[in-house]
Amino acid sequence: MGFTIPGTFTFELWQARFSLLRGISATLLASGLTIVAATVMGVLLGTILAYGWWPLRLLARLYVDILRGIPVLVLILFTYYGLALFGINVPAFWAGVIALSAFATAHVAENLRGAVQSVPAGQMEAAKAIGLRFPQRLRYVVLPQAIRRMLPPWVNTGLEIVKGTTLLSVIGVVELLLSTQQIVARNYMIIDFYLVAGLLYLIINFSIAQLGAALERRFSYLRY
Amino acid sequence: MAEQILLRAEGVRKSFGALEVLKGIDLEVRQGQVVSLIGASGSGKTTFLRCVNMLEEHDAGDILLDGEPIGYRMDGSRRRRLSEAKVSAQRARIGMVFQSFNLFPHLTAEENVMLGLTKVLGKSKAEAREIAGHWLGKVGLEARRGHYPYQLSGGQQQRVAIARAVAMDPRLLLFDEVTSALDPELVAEVLGVMKALAESGMTMLVVSHEMLFVRDVSHHVVFMDEGKVAQSGAPSEVFDRPDSERLQKFLGRFHGIFSGGG
Repeated sequence: MGFTIPGTFTFELWQARFSLLRGISATLLASGLTIVAATVMGVLLGTILAYGWWPLRLLARLYVDILRGIPVLVLILFTYYGLALFGINVPAFWAGVIALSAFATAHVAENLRGAVQSVPAGQMEAAKAIGLRFPQRLRYVVLPQAIRRMLPPWVNTGLEIVKGTTLLSVIGVVELLLSTQQIVARNYMIIDFYLVAGLLYLIINFSIAQLGAALERRFSYLRY
Repeated sequence: MAEQILLRAEGVRKSFGALEVLKGIDLEVRQGQVVSLIGASGSGKTTFLRCVNMLEEHDAGDILLDGEPIGYRMDGSRRRRLSEAKVSAQRARIGMVFQSFNLFPHLTAEENVMLGLTKVLGKSKAEAREIAGHWLGKVGLEARRGHYPYQLSGGQQQRVAIARAVAMDPRLLLFDEVTSALDPELVAEVLGVMKALAESGMTMLVVSHEMLFVRDVSHHVVFMDEGKVAQSGAPSEVFDRPDSERLQKFLGRFHGIFSGGG
C-alpha cells in the first residue's frame, strides 16, 4: 500500500484524517443543532400561523415570507458581519447556526401550517365534542396527524440544512468543505479530495433520508 | 309529562353571511326522551345541532342545558362569551356523533374511547380502559378494541364513535345524520345500537333521514322547514296527520317505505 509514499491518495488521506474528522464533526454539529432548533421553533411558529391571534399570525407570516425570500448566504453574512457592526460579536460557528436555523424555521413553520390545515376539519370538531381544550386538541389530535404529513418535507429541509452548512465556510467555519479546501491546498489532489467530501455529504444525507423513511413507516397506520 | 326539561331552545337564530339558516327555533328535550329533527336538506337541522354543541355560535336566542345557557353567560343584559375552558366543560356534558364518524385515525378503537376519559374526565388509564371495554362491548366491538379506524368498516367505525361519545356519560347525545355516509347494508347495525341506547333511557337529539327509525324510536318529532319548526309532536301525529303541504310533500318522498313497513 501507499501509506508511506507521499503523493499517493492513501498517504494523503491518512495525513488528512484529523482535518477531515474535524470538518465532519463541525458539519454534523452545525446540522444537528440547526435541525433541532428549526424543528422546535418551526412547530411553534407554524402553530401560530395556523391558529394564532391575528396580530401574532401577521408577524409570523411576515417572518416566514421575509426569511424564505432572502438567500441563506446573505443571512449568514449579515448575522456574522452585520451584527458585528452593532457591537454584537457572535463567533462564526454560532452566527452560522443562528442564520441557518432562522432560515430553516421559516420552512418548517410553513410546512407545519400546511400539514395542520390538511387535517380534516372533522377531527378538530370531534375533539371539541368530547370536551378537549384547545391545547389538548392540538397535542393529542391535530399535531400527531400533522406531523405524519410533514415528515417528507421535513426530511427535505434536513437535507437542505446539511448542504447549507457548506456556506459557513465563507465566514471561516472549518466545516467539511473548508477543511477539504485546506487539504487540497496542501496536496493539490483536487479531484480526489472533492470526491471524498462529496461522498461524505452523500453518506450523511443518505442516512437522514433513511431515518425519514423509517419514521414514515413507523407512522404508516395513519390512514383515512 | 313528569320528566324535567333537559334542553330548551328559545328563539335560536343563526345566519351565515346574508343567509339566515335558523329563524327562531323553539324546542324542548326532556330527560330520557328521544327527539328527532326531520326535514329537507338546507332546512337547518344540522346547523341547529351544531349550535347545541357550540360547533357554531348562534346569533340570538337561548340554548339552555339544565337551565344553564350554552356558550355564554349573562352580565346584566349583555351576553358574554364563556372562556374556552368553560365551553369545553359544557361540551363534555354533551356527546356528539357525526355523519363522517371522525374517529382519530392515529389511535386504536380503544384509545379513541379512552382519550376523553383520561384527558377530560381525569380518569386513570386502567379505569378508562375498563370503561372503553364496557362500551365497545355494548356496541359489539370488544374484539376490535386494538384495531385502527382504517381496519374497520364504516358501520364499525360509527359504532366506535358512538361508544366514544356515550362513554363520557353525557347528559345529552347528539346524532347528526349518522347513517348517511354508510353503505345501505351497514345502516341497520348502527340504528340497532342507537335504539338500544334510546331504550336504556339516554336523552337523544337525532337528525336523521331514516324515517322508519325516527317513527319507531322517537318520543317527539320536529319537522323543520326553511329554518323554522313547521310542525312538531308525537310521531303518530307528525307522520299520520301532517298539517302542511310541505310536510306532506316531504313525507311523500318516503312513501314507499311506509306502505311497506306499516
